[in-house]
Parts: sequence; C-alpha cells; structure tokens
Amino acid sequence: MEKIKAVNLTKIFGQVPKHAIQLLSQGMSKEKILNQTGQAVGIANVSFEIEEGETVVVMGLSGSGKSTLVRCINRIIEPTYGQIFIDGVDITTLEHHALLELRRHKLGMVFQHFALFPHRNVLNNVEYGLEIQHIEKNLRQEKAHDALKLVGLEDWSDAMPNQLSGGMQQRVGLARALAIEPDILLMDEAFSALDPLIRADMQNELVLMQNRMKKTILFITHDLDEALRIGNHIILMKDGQIIQAGTPQKILTAPANNYVKRFVENIDKSKILTAQSVLTPAKIIAYSDDNPITVLDNMKNEYLSCILVINRDKKLLGVVREKTASAAMKRGDKTIANFIDSSVPTVAPTDSLNVLISILAKWPWQVPVVDEKRKLQGIVMNSSVLAALAERNN
Amino acid sequence: MKEFSVPKLPLDDWIDTSIEYLTNNFAFLTKAISEYLKTGVEVIADGFKFQPLWIVILIFALLIWQLVSRKKGFFIGTWSAILTTFGLGLLGHQELLSHEIITITVFIWLVLWQLAKYHLNILMILKVGLFLILVGLFWYWQLWHGNIMMITFFTLIAWQLAGRNVGIFTFVSFVFFWNLQLWEPTIDTLTLVLLATITAVTIGIPLGIIAALSQKFYKIIMPILDFMQTMPAFVYLIPAIPFFGIGKVSAIFTTVVFAMPPAIRFTCLGIKQVQPELIEAANAFGSTTYQKLFKLQLPIAIPTIMAGINQTIMLALSMVVIAAMIGAKGLGGEVWTAIQRLEAGRGFQAGIAIVILAMILDRISQKIGKNNQF
Repeated sequence: MEKIKAVNLTKIFGQVPKHAIQLLSQGMSKEKILNQTGQAVGIANVSFEIEEGETVVVMGLSGSGKSTLVRCINRIIEPTYGQIFIDGVDITTLEHHALLELRRHKLGMVFQHFALFPHRNVLNNVEYGLEIQHIEKNLRQEKAHDALKLVGLEDWSDAMPNQLSGGMQQRVGLARALAIEPDILLMDEAFSALDPLIRADMQNELVLMQNRMKKTILFITHDLDEALRIGNHIILMKDGQIIQAGTPQKILTAPANNYVKRFVENIDKSKILTAQSVLTPAKIIAYSDDNPITVLDNMKNEYLSCILVINRDKKLLGVVREKTASAAMKRGDKTIANFIDSSVPTVAPTDSLNVLISILAKWPWQVPVVDEKRKLQGIVMNSSVLAALAERNN
Repeated sequence: MKEFSVPKLPLDDWIDTSIEYLTNNFAFLTKAISEYLKTGVEVIADGFKFQPLWIVILIFALLIWQLVSRKKGFFIGTWSAILTTFGLGLLGHQELLSHEIITITVFIWLVLWQLAKYHLNILMILKVGLFLILVGLFWYWQLWHGNIMMITFFTLIAWQLAGRNVGIFTFVSFVFFWNLQLWEPTIDTLTLVLLATITAVTIGIPLGIIAALSQKFYKIIMPILDFMQTMPAFVYLIPAIPFFGIGKVSAIFTTVVFAMPPAIRFTCLGIKQVQPELIEAANAFGSTTYQKLFKLQLPIAIPTIMAGINQTIMLALSMVVIAAMIGAKGLGGEVWTAIQRLEAGRGFQAGIAIVILAMILDRISQKIGKNNQF
C-alpha cells in the first residue's frame, strides 16, 4: 500500500474559498481567480501517491505551490479541499490531538533555513521532538545523541546553533527530524541555502543515508539537478498543479510539454541519462560455437572490425576481432571459442552517460551493456550517445 | 452680534461621577487592600533599613554564588544560606567563644568544599574560606552596622547580576547616599520602585503574552496602553487618593498604572518577533500551544522582555518621584519639600541621588537582558 496518498488536494488562501474552488473546477486559471475573487490558489487538485521507502522530489519554481504542498501533508497549512492519506488514514479528518500525535511520531520535517532554536544547544535542539512527547530525559538524550552520530556531529552536542556553519546547522536540522524516528521525512528546500560544494556533499550523504534507512522522503526543491540526483520519482509543479510526474529519466527523455522541456534543457544530461536510455539491441552478435567463416562473413557485411560474442544463455564472453577470426579460419577451427578476447569494457544499464563517454573515448567499438549476471542487454554506440546529448540541446 | 455657542460636553462631570460612584461603592475594598499593602510596604522598607538576620543570610548566599561558578553556585549558595541560618541560630542562643565560631566556619567551609568538588578550584576554596573567617571575626567584634550590611547586599546583587564594575559603582553610590544622609529616602524609593516594578511585571507579562497570542485582545489593549502612557502622569494621582488614601499604596498604584505599558508591549513584541520558521518547526514536531510558548517563544523573547522591564523600572522611578505629591516620601519627597521651601541645593542633592539610583537599576536590568541574548 502507498505510504502517502493525496487526492484532489487544494489550498486556497483567503477568507471565502468556496467560490474560488468552483471557478477552479471550471478550469479557470490562477490569475483570473485571483482577480475575480481575491482568493489566491496555493495548490489546485493535486493528486499523487508515494510508496513506502521512496524518495519523491517535488520540484518547481517559487510560487509553484511546492512548499504549500509539503505543509499540507503535516497540516501546518490546512488544506481547503481534498484528502491526504498516510498509511491509509485520512489525516484531513484528524482532530487536534490525533494530529499532534501524528506529527510527533510519523513526520519529521527539515527546513530551508534550518529553523534551529537559537536558545538551545545542538543536543537540546535535536531532543526537542522527543521532549514535547514527554520522553524521559536520559532516554531522549540518548536518542538525540544517536541521531547526531548519524549525521556525524556527535562531538558538537554542546555547541550553540550560531557557532556552526550552514552545512552543520542543516545536519542538526536533519538529526532533529531523525531523532523522533519518523516514517516520513519532509524536506522543504533543505539544501537550498547551502553553498554548492556542501550542498553536493549533503545530497550524496542523504542518498547514502536513505539507502540504509529506507524512510519515505518527500523532498522539495527548485533545482532540477538536485531533484534528479536525489529522487526516485519527480513531481514537477507549476501554478499549483502537477505538470508531470515520473522517474528522472522519463522527465528528461519525454518532457510532457514545453515548460518541462525548457526546464530540462539546461541540465547536464550526461550525468542523468543512463546507458539504459541510449542502448540499442545488439543485432550482430556471434555465439561462441559459431563457425569462424560465418562470423567473418557477418562482420564483412556490416563493416565491423570486431564482434561481441555471447554464449547460449546470452552471457557476454568477449569480442572477436577480424584478425583473430581469420586466423581461426586459417587454422581450420570449427568454432571461434579459442579466439575470444574477454577484456572488453562493459557498462551497467544504470551507469550514466558520463561513464559511457569516458569508455567510448578509449574503446572505439560498440560498448556492451550487461546486467549484474553479465547477460547482454544491448549495446551503446558513439552515435547514439551523441544523439542523446544533442537532443536536449535542441 | 449674537455669540454662537455649542454647549460644553460635561466630560469632567461624567468622570467625576463615575469615580465618585466607584469610590462610594468600592472604597471599602480598595481601602482594605490599601491597609494590607501599607503594612507590607512598611515591613519591606523597614527590613531594608534595619539589620535583621535574613539579610546576613542573603549576603552569605549571594557571595558564595558569586565566588563559585554560576550554575553550581546557586545550589551551593542556597545550601550555605541554610547552614548559616543554623549557625547564626546557635550564635543567637548561646554565648560562644571565638574558637567555636571558627569551628562552625570551618565546618561550613568543608561542606562547601564537598559540594563544589565537581569543579574543584583552590582559589575559589581559599576565597570562600577567607570570607567565612571574616564573617566570623566581624560578627565576633560586633562591627556590623545595618547600612554596611545593606550596602554589601546591594553590591553583591549588582555584582552577581551585572558584573564587577556595576558592583563597584553600586558600592560607591550607596556609601555616597549614606554620607549625604539620604539613606532612608533612598531605601524608601528603592522599595517603592521594586514593588511597583514587580507588580507591573507580574500583571504586564501575562497580558503581553495574551496580546501576542490573541489578535482580538491585542486590538483591545493597544489603545488602552496608548491612553495609559500618554495621559499626564499627575492625573493618575487624583483618583488614587479617594481609592487608596494618601501614602505609599496610592503611590504604588499610580506607578503600576504608569509603568506597566512597556512590560506589556515588549512582551507582546518579543513573542511576535519569533521567526515564523521557528514556530513552523515547533508546530511540525507536534508542539502544543503551551509547549511552543514556554519552550520557544518566551525564551527567545527574554532579551526583548528584559528591555521592557528596564523601561518599566525607569518609568517606575520617575513616577515614584512624582508620587511624592501624594505622600510617597522617599527621594521624591526630598525634592517636593525642596520645591516648597525653594531650597535648590537640597533639591539637586536628592535629584542627583535619583539619577544615580536610576543608573544602577538601568545597568543591572540591561545587563540581564544582554546575558540572555543569543
């Protein structure tokens, strides 16, 4: 079952949202509604599902409603309309006390400007979430200490927040959210206030941490690079509506409209696109028990100077070059099995184009793509990589 | 030419009538309050003027607090106060030889040593020990004078709260007051200021909190505060007399009315100034309104609230002087007498004492605010 599910989530800022909702359902635009009713549409009819353990990035420019969306999920902003289910429970109907309990146990939140409490030291900041649950002091400090260890700040528990650098402050913010051991992490532009290097570090650390913790993460950002780096899924928002949702590759390779296309344009595709997205099926291959004469024939027809060799289980064995194949023919071998050069470079389907490019620089032939069992998935050629890179620049 | 006239609005009559009504119907209540308060005020002022045992105990506690580190010091100070009570109780009831005093002193010292062992510091132990021996000797030689004790007391408080320099300034100032034979008026004024400030703050901070949390209450109370602050201070003196009679209680009443607005305003401001993102963070973790208030808003607002209390103290001091007109006595009374007799020297002398007192109170309350800044 999905961990978080939003159905027709709508937030109208203003005193009389009813009329605005009506207009919204008639498909009127955000600006028109603002002009006509004075009600500002925060998010409009947003529906999505997030599976347990997924990292979903909500991405959009300022004013796109992404921050409103994340605040609706813990009801810091009360949605005007629609439902949110967490573990199947409709949280929009929870009464005050149950809502507090939900926030205390299931939802950890990290903020753009850290929002550390300036009068409390690092440890007291981290234990705050536990303190308001009335957890006994020793236990909560122990838990807080563990959370600090997780972010590598266990030696800083006595420091005050203003003594820490931005990156460290955000680690404390993250530790504070993790200390309550939530199922769900809500991260609102968590790394946007950090400088680029620290930011990249934090992104990597979050990905590593997530591999271990398997929390459900809802990450908000305005930076597509960040979204692509962190997210299993990306939800792209504009004017309070979802424009496109899907995997990073899908958004890059099949933008839903011009707006998304323009977004995607400036992305360094070589980092995001994977071998999977450019591979082509290997048509001309040889089996290890093929006759050298057939193999040479095939190569000549296709103007290949070397050919991939697999066994009957589609497992990649290596390549055979034209020279060695003709040597085999001269020796009168029945198969090419003895002439296979197994030192061929391979890539995994998840490797990025970056990796591919560096291999293609040294290996002028087709690069085989194999899975973890070395089964051949397809090949990548110079031309298809170039085509993929060129596509985005058009 | 016929003069065009609009009949005068009888605003003054209305107010007179309503005050008369209040006086006639509620005077028994206010007068009763007045009687109780008067006794209270007298007791406190007398307590400051004479040399009771409790002041020695407080001096003792404060000094230990000062000498030992801040956190542990409070604990140790309290302990030493209890021990001193015990020790002085013995002294009061028995003829004691000097070596017995020293025995007690050494005993207390040893206990303190034990208490302070977590951050053992030879210098600190020596200081405490030396002090205790001095106390013993002073007591034995009967060198105590009430005013010396009070000066020590005030100096220590100033030192503890605002640092060594303010402590020295306080010491010199109070010796100066004593020398000018203004000791009693100074203590009177100080008592009134402190009582009025405590009352104003006790009422003002909760009102400020409510104003910060409820927009409705904020809208109601702000114009009232404007009214309270803008109304010429002298006007408050008039209704105070029928309510509380002439004297110190009326003075405190008018002072509280006049000095309370900054306590309310600054508390409200301090709480409202807390960054929205911090409030959001507290909410996101599931804080209740009270948890937010006590764990976040109030602690962060402390420097602002202290600035408000500083203002309250200053306003209270200025009002206490004006209240001399309705019999508050004190330094204001000196000034008032000087005006009536046209004695410029006497007036300025009391005036300068007021200025110095104001400076001491200001520095101490400012310093407390600064110590709580992040």
